[in-house]
Amino acid sequence: MIPAAFEYHRPVDVTSAASLLRRLGDEARVLAGGHSLIPMMKLRMAAIEHLIDLQDIDALKGISIDGDTVTIGAMVTQAELIAHEGLAKVAPILREAALQIADPQVRYMGTLGGNVANGDPGNDMPGLMQALGAAFLLTGPDGAREVAARDFYEAAYMTAREEDEILTAVRFTAPPGGYAYEKQKRKIGDYATAAAAVLIGKEGGRVAHASVAMTNLSDTPVWSPAAAKALTGTDCGPEAIRAATEAALADIDPTEDNRGPVAFKRHVAGIIITRAIQRAWSRA
Amino acid sequence: MNDLSPSREERIANLKGLGCSRKRVEDVRFTQGKGNYVDDIKLPGMLQGDFVRSPYAHARVISVNKEAALALPGVIAVLTAEDLAPLNLHWMPTLAGDKQMVLADGKVLFQGQEVAFVVAEDRYIAADAVELVEVEYEELPVLTDPFAALESDVVLREDLEGQSAGAHGPRRHHNHIFLWEEGDKAATEQVLDSADVVAEEMIYYHRTHPCPLETCGAVASMDKVNGKLTLWGTFQAPHVVRTVASLLSGIEEHNIRVVSPDIGGGFGNKVGVYPGYVCSIVASIVTGRPVKWVEDRMENLMATAFARDYWMKGRIAATKEGKITGLWCHVTADHGAFDACADPTKFPAGFFHICTGSYDIPVAYVGVDGVYTNKAPGGVAYRCSFRVTEAAYFIERMVEVLAIELGMDAAELRRINFIRADQFPYHSALGWEYDSGDYHTAWDKALAAVDYAGLRREQAGRVEAFKRGETRKLLGIGLTHFTEIVGAGPVKNCDILGMGMFDSCEIRIHPTGSAIARLGTISQGQGHATTFAQILASEIGLPADSITIEEGDTDTAPYGLGTYGSRSTPVAGAAAAMVGRKIRAKAQMIAAWLLEVHEGDLDWDVDRFVVKGAPERFKTMKDIAYAAYNQAIPGLEPGLEAVSYYDPPNMTYPFGAYICVMEIDVDTGEHEIRQFYALDDCGTRINPMVIEGQVHGGLTEALAIAMGQEIAYDDIGNCKTATLMDFFIPTAWETPNYTTDFTETPSPHHPIGAKGVGESPNVGGVPAFSNAVHDAFRAFGLRHAHMPHDHWRIWKIANQLGLHG
Amino acid sequence: MTKMHIKLTVNGKAEELLAEPRELLIHVLRERLNLTGAHIGCETSHCGACTVEMNGKSVKSCTVFAAQANGAEITTIEGLGSPDALHVLQRSFREHHGLQCGFCTPGMITRAHRLLQENPAPTEDEVRFGMAGNLCRCTGYQNIVKSILAAASEINAAQEAAE
Repeated sequence: MIPAAFEYHRPVDVTSAASLLRRLGDEARVLAGGHSLIPMMKLRMAAIEHLIDLQDIDALKGISIDGDTVTIGAMVTQAELIAHEGLAKVAPILREAALQIADPQVRYMGTLGGNVANGDPGNDMPGLMQALGAAFLLTGPDGAREVAARDFYEAAYMTAREEDEILTAVRFTAPPGGYAYEKQKRKIGDYATAAAAVLIGKEGGRVAHASVAMTNLSDTPVWSPAAAKALTGTDCGPEAIRAATEAALADIDPTEDNRGPVAFKRHVAGIIITRAIQRAWSRA
Repeated sequence: MNDLSPSREERIANLKGLGCSRKRVEDVRFTQGKGNYVDDIKLPGMLQGDFVRSPYAHARVISVNKEAALALPGVIAVLTAEDLAPLNLHWMPTLAGDKQMVLADGKVLFQGQEVAFVVAEDRYIAADAVELVEVEYEELPVLTDPFAALESDVVLREDLEGQSAGAHGPRRHHNHIFLWEEGDKAATEQVLDSADVVAEEMIYYHRTHPCPLETCGAVASMDKVNGKLTLWGTFQAPHVVRTVASLLSGIEEHNIRVVSPDIGGGFGNKVGVYPGYVCSIVASIVTGRPVKWVEDRMENLMATAFARDYWMKGRIAATKEGKITGLWCHVTADHGAFDACADPTKFPAGFFHICTGSYDIPVAYVGVDGVYTNKAPGGVAYRCSFRVTEAAYFIERMVEVLAIELGMDAAELRRINFIRADQFPYHSALGWEYDSGDYHTAWDKALAAVDYAGLRREQAGRVEAFKRGETRKLLGIGLTHFTEIVGAGPVKNCDILGMGMFDSCEIRIHPTGSAIARLGTISQGQGHATTFAQILASEIGLPADSITIEEGDTDTAPYGLGTYGSRSTPVAGAAAAMVGRKIRAKAQMIAAWLLEVHEGDLDWDVDRFVVKGAPERFKTMKDIAYAAYNQAIPGLEPGLEAVSYYDPPNMTYPFGAYICVMEIDVDTGEHEIRQFYALDDCGTRINPMVIEGQVHGGLTEALAIAMGQEIAYDDIGNCKTATLMDFFIPTAWETPNYTTDFTETPSPHHPIGAKGVGESPNVGGVPAFSNAVHDAFRAFGLRHAHMPHDHWRIWKIANQLGLHG
Repeated sequence: MTKMHIKLTVNGKAEELLAEPRELLIHVLRERLNLTGAHIGCETSHCGACTVEMNGKSVKSCTVFAAQANGAEITTIEGLGSPDALHVLQRSFREHHGLQCGFCTPGMITRAHRLLQENPAPTEDEVRFGMAGNLCRCTGYQNIVKSILAAASEINAAQEAAE
């Protein structure tokens, strides 16, 4: 498995990276950790003339926590997310989810930006970012803009990012309350058979607010407001959880693959969502 | 006067011989990254080969256009079948009496088939050139189901049209390869017709792949000045490769040197001869430069030898008390596009007819139909002795199904049907002579070790709790008692391409009392350099640490049939013991002369010959070795060397009792191995540490196969499992800890009583894991469900039994 | 195709070479620098046989371009110990039979080395989870885990004795 030849660029700031992208057009791709892109290139399923490596751009690195606003640079790796104690305090669901991505070596290289930007429905962070209501910060030739994670994904590998834009950071408000990221997979290193991110706030023994999103159960991540609505105001008892799970399942559209047929995936999705809600509630 | 210290015990310990958990000598280089595997070989001027492969499972090749590829700077050659045809190398013989295309000759028969071979200055240029070779195909109807293939008008092997017989007898259809039968069909059917109870089941052992971590590869170097061809490669049988290379190429055998360097795991994948080897040789002859070919993982999984793919229809008869009275089996064997099974010539279904297992079954019949389909060729013994895995899985599932039919406990059913210790040597209904065994002792030890009765009580409680809605997890207790047949084999009935399946050991004792021994086998991780030295140490009384073991270089090692089918210890290990005895015989003569006594007045004692009744008068092997080179001994040639070619009188029959305790989540189909107990009886134990390591590894390969690993195709023959994302290999996280145990029933015909162990854990492990899954659902009415038991298929069992409400 | 000037520090030694940007780090190490300890197993970043350390991280060098590695500090199995002074992990793998065919071993040991830097006293579960990026077909992992736990104990005991 040998990739085709390409020209390599390693800009040191976002502006130069963006102008390279504009100049080189659709023959260029940005490279973050490379653990999705490089295997595709080695299989010659992705033909790329120019590769723009973002590793030297300091502005894309670092995690900042300002009150309850969390900003994470696109080039922050899964390993860095896991290791960050401050982040674990305000948004522990990131560590919980990141630990379920790929394997140790891949987590050293794989970045949050790469995970959310390439639009692979198997990636875990997009669903989680939708649950968190995160915003993606994009910089293009015409300046910077923000797109809500919930509006970002259009279809498999199709996103709201323009071809000459770079996803520079992810920003969200630290979620109060309980959380859970549940994932079923065949083995370490696999994508999800089904996965769910659930956030629940509790007040007076009742669900004050909730957010439910799912991974690899459609051609995009799925955020389910209906599931959240079914929980809100309830005691999160079996009836409410059943209703929320049913609502979430109404929003997914899984496809058959080596992990199993659709009926199986729908069933497992229901179990995973239920478990995620139960665990998030137990932590709320 | 000789000093009598050290003590006898100290002298034995000093040898690090039989029974010692000697640390491995190989590990010193491996842990430092100094192994020498085929892709580590780098020769001056070496070129790189790479294949253009078919994207289709069945298609006519209309044209191959090399022009663009040849125009790429750095590309030296592009070989096609047309180029190989004048040399008569566009096809090659398989180990199974069939032939196989080296490069596509007019059509392709499976996805990933080799179409053209590109030779370039380096692997990057070669890969670019592969993209530039233009092949025009015309798609043909694809057959992936062996049952459909036997009905279809579509002719897969047009080259065989009109041939109503193959290497193994008549062919009844153009996609049929052979029908092979053993046992007494009429008598078996008569027993079935009149039996109290007959259990019937179709049991599929799915297609999988050995997938060693190192893929297959070769480096060919034709030295045109000296007329010598050197071929390094991932060969489990280097001597046979030399013979085949000579027959194919016309180069005389003494002008071919085949070397198996360090091999990164084989598991059967590296027994066969692949087109890559042939093309490397041809390319080196054509270009006059060394040529390397190393397949990538996708090529490995898609094109080099698969394993299993047996549809086994079984019927087992018993009295109502549970005494088995007969066994009938018909197999539909999917061999893929060419019959390239790696089996001894006379056994097109390998040793599948060991399928009466550990049980005293009076009458049995087996018939195996081999079938061509549009899948990769192969059928190798993946950590297995020639279809023994399939046989063990078949009988261990049939016994479970019979237990269900009878309403009996499966452990008890086994116990009342085991061959008794006093029945050995035991003649099976399908023609084997089991050498030794004590199944009842092993079984009782295993059941006691896991508190079998307690587990059954816990399981019954779990079923009740499940029915009350208190848990969604079931408990499965997977039982297996397997009997293997390994160590092929007697030359009188076992050969590979006509070469009798003996093996060999040659030893040279150096004057200062150290030695080098060479064998016809080749380690792929089994630790031969460690354990064969231990056998020799115990035989000749020199420390294992003073004995170098070499294998794999046909210019230096004696001819042997290689390492697969757990045959190294039973055959080459026996040769090592026998060569040691030859050394000792000569040493005794030397000692007698040195001590001025009659040979008969000497006793062998650990590392020395001692004068009877005078323990202070002795000569150590070290003394004797020196004397062999510096004394003129009347009537004796100088030196101390010997060679032994060992033709085993029978195969060996290791056995074992495995118990797997598994928790199953009926909602997600996930499982957890709570306990795995493995008792192995491999006869005399040479190195307990190595044995335990073999068992751990074999069980983990079994876990993979039973719980998810498969080579799967879609309807048009696309391989769906060609990367390690989809081809299941468990990580440390999914793998449990195992408890190992043993009994020791030596083989009566092996010089040291050893039977071989490398494959037992895979043979016994697969049914143990699978039976655990089945057992968990037995209370809910499950009889049989096909492997692999991955999440969705376990979920499907629960779903079909109505356990999802 | 244009070649790039690439500088690396490998096992403490400065190396300079010309390579196409697409050249994979594993090929640079194995074929240009003759460090054949790390192996190629799966090529899709699943098996970990190619694991080396790059800038303090365990990476799968089959999935890193030479160009990306430009300027990096790299440690391979060849840099962990010497024939005269084996690394504790190298000794421990031999002592506890943590290897068979040896093909995964350099990647295993290199990965375990980083794991113990980050977690000097891991539990068995932490070792299994931390080693899950490395596949072995021979050992069933049980003795690999044992080797790593034993090495950790030995390193910690030596450190305590020194303090």
